[in-house]
Amino acid sequence: MHAPLPPPAAPLLRLAQVTKRFAAHTAVDAVSLDLASGEFVCLLGPSGCGKSTLLRLLAGFETPDSGTIHLDGADLTALPPHRRPVNMMFQSYALFPHLSVAGNVGYGLKGLGLSRAALQERVGGLLQLVRLDGFAARKPETLSGGQRQRVALARALAREPRLLLLDEPLSALDRALREETQGELRAIQRRLGTSFVVVTHDPAEAMALADRVGVMERGRLVQVGPARTLYERPASRFVAGLLGDVNLIEGRLGPAVPGAVRSVETALGPIRAGGEGEAGAAVVVAIRPERLGIGGEGGSDATELSGTLAEATFLGDRLRYRVTMADGTVLRASAPLPITGPAPSVGAAVTVAIPAESARILPA
Amino acid sequence: MRPTVARTLGRGLVRGLPLLWLALFFLVPFAVTLKISFSSPATAQPPYLPVLDWQGGLEGWREFLEALDFQNYQMIASDALYRDAALSSLAYAGLATAILVLLGTPTAYAMARAPARLQPTLVALVIVPFWTSFLIRVYAWIAILKPEGLLNAALLKLGLVSAPLAILDTPYGVLIGLAYAYLPFMVLPLYAVMSRLDPALREAAADLGAGRARVFLTVTLPLALPGLAAGALLCFIPMVGEFIIPDLLGGPDTLMLGRVLWSEFFSNRDWPLASAVAVLLLVLVVGPVVLFREAELRREEAAEGMGKGATGKGVGTGGGR
Repeated sequence: MHAPLPPPAAPLLRLAQVTKRFAAHTAVDAVSLDLASGEFVCLLGPSGCGKSTLLRLLAGFETPDSGTIHLDGADLTALPPHRRPVNMMFQSYALFPHLSVAGNVGYGLKGLGLSRAALQERVGGLLQLVRLDGFAARKPETLSGGQRQRVALARALAREPRLLLLDEPLSALDRALREETQGELRAIQRRLGTSFVVVTHDPAEAMALADRVGVMERGRLVQVGPARTLYERPASRFVAGLLGDVNLIEGRLGPAVPGAVRSVETALGPIRAGGEGEAGAAVVVAIRPERLGIGGEGGSDATELSGTLAEATFLGDRLRYRVTMADGTVLRASAPLPITGPAPSVGAAVTVAIPAESARILPA
Repeated sequence: MRPTVARTLGRGLVRGLPLLWLALFFLVPFAVTLKISFSSPATAQPPYLPVLDWQGGLEGWREFLEALDFQNYQMIASDALYRDAALSSLAYAGLATAILVLLGTPTAYAMARAPARLQPTLVALVIVPFWTSFLIRVYAWIAILKPEGLLNAALLKLGLVSAPLAILDTPYGVLIGLAYAYLPFMVLPLYAVMSRLDPALREAAADLGAGRARVFLTVTLPLALPGLAAGALLCFIPMVGEFIIPDLLGGPDTLMLGRVLWSEFFSNRDWPLASAVAVLLLVLVVGPVVLFREAELRREEAAEGMGKGATGKGVGTGGGR
């Protein structure tokens, strides 16, 4: 499950062992990635993990120290930015303040040999695409944040790039606008069939946007796959924690047995979970709060543990529990509302069920 | 806080002091110069007439005002010397400003693009010449430009010329001197603007297919225009009235208002005419400043008008969605 999806026959973009160092710091460390035509990939990671540097390597603002970048089979590695069939939408949008909206959107079309009329038509079409018709003559400083974001998108799409790079495209927008814009971005990407690579530090955004999410940690691409795979079958505690809240229970892996489910010796007792590893290795069992069964409804193959309900918090769409186990470990659980049957009361003894198919064994 | 007497006084001082300074050291001297320019020269102490008789009361004022006339301005208007000197000063200053734009723009751009840790050093290097007296630096150019000077010696050694070039005491000498002396005033405002430009703008332009030249011409240069305008004004205005450079490097035939003023004042001891020339100089250099301010104001107003239109339209769009 470490391996990304089988690479398509002819990937649009192929990164092979791309490495970039700044002085002693390795910003991007031997990253390999294939991208299919029309695919929407998110690079997700905390700040400083190298995702923005990777994007700048793709745009051509940085040159890799080693490794190659191929687009459509052609080597891009040493090509300067203005010769790459790749465009970028900047985090700050980087709109030209001295040009009008039309001037910004049309900037990349100048020098393509278009007639004045054809250029105007293209610009008009792009403004329509981002729902900014009627704004052509306005200066960027007179636009709202959302409008600027759409001008930046139209400008980056003007040259019909094979690959569009978006650096934190929604981070400057407020929350309500961000969710609306996510949908629009997806719709535009589907309509044009352009491949998108989006850099973000927001896991919810990555999951909402991307066909595949690539998680980066300290310069390395640690796991690539559909959001669901990353969420349910993370390769490491880092990935598990990045994608959402998770309970991590330390322990030692029991002996290998036939089948996918193994037993882990923990301070809470043996826990059955899915995963591989050498017998006796230090591991953690990762389980998402919403997969923990409070009150013992854990399914057929579940480890049942007993604890005391320490806290129940009403969150509108769900209840969040904190359960104190016998050894003092606190497990977080959540249950969707409304709850069927009687709700456990705070201070009462509860059974916590850990379904084996939802618990993952990860390297400690 | 309640405005106390002390606070009001303090506020008045903060606002009033600069005004007082301007009035004392700019307006009053200018009024005196203007007054002298309406007087007539005289062999006396001070060397002009009339002199206001403070004891004469109203009658004294009347006599004083009646004795003032526009004779010196008529002189300036009728004598081709002053017209030629004015035109020649404007031409020198204009040409030198053009040279400075061509020299200063790449210099400032190179400084702004240099590694961040080098930039303070580069700025210091631009400022370093100010530690030496202006006069001495211009004097040094005599040693470089004279027929047996450093430049000609080098050119002869290299075999680039067969006879020494006559640069000193020609218009070329003046232009070289002007371009040298005023370069920092062009470079510093340009650098200040260019170093603040968001590097992402250049990257965005390159990303959209623009090569280095197009990035510079369509993004960097237009955005640096305010710095270019400031630098050009800072150079042009003092260059129109420049005296030392044409006097030391231009030879006896170079005609500039600063020299005319100097010779009227010190050689001919014609204070009234010298004052009239000074007023003419002021009018010549204030003109471009006023034009520049006008253009600036109009641009700001245009931008503001756009802003207002934007708010109205933005609201409309929001409601429509």
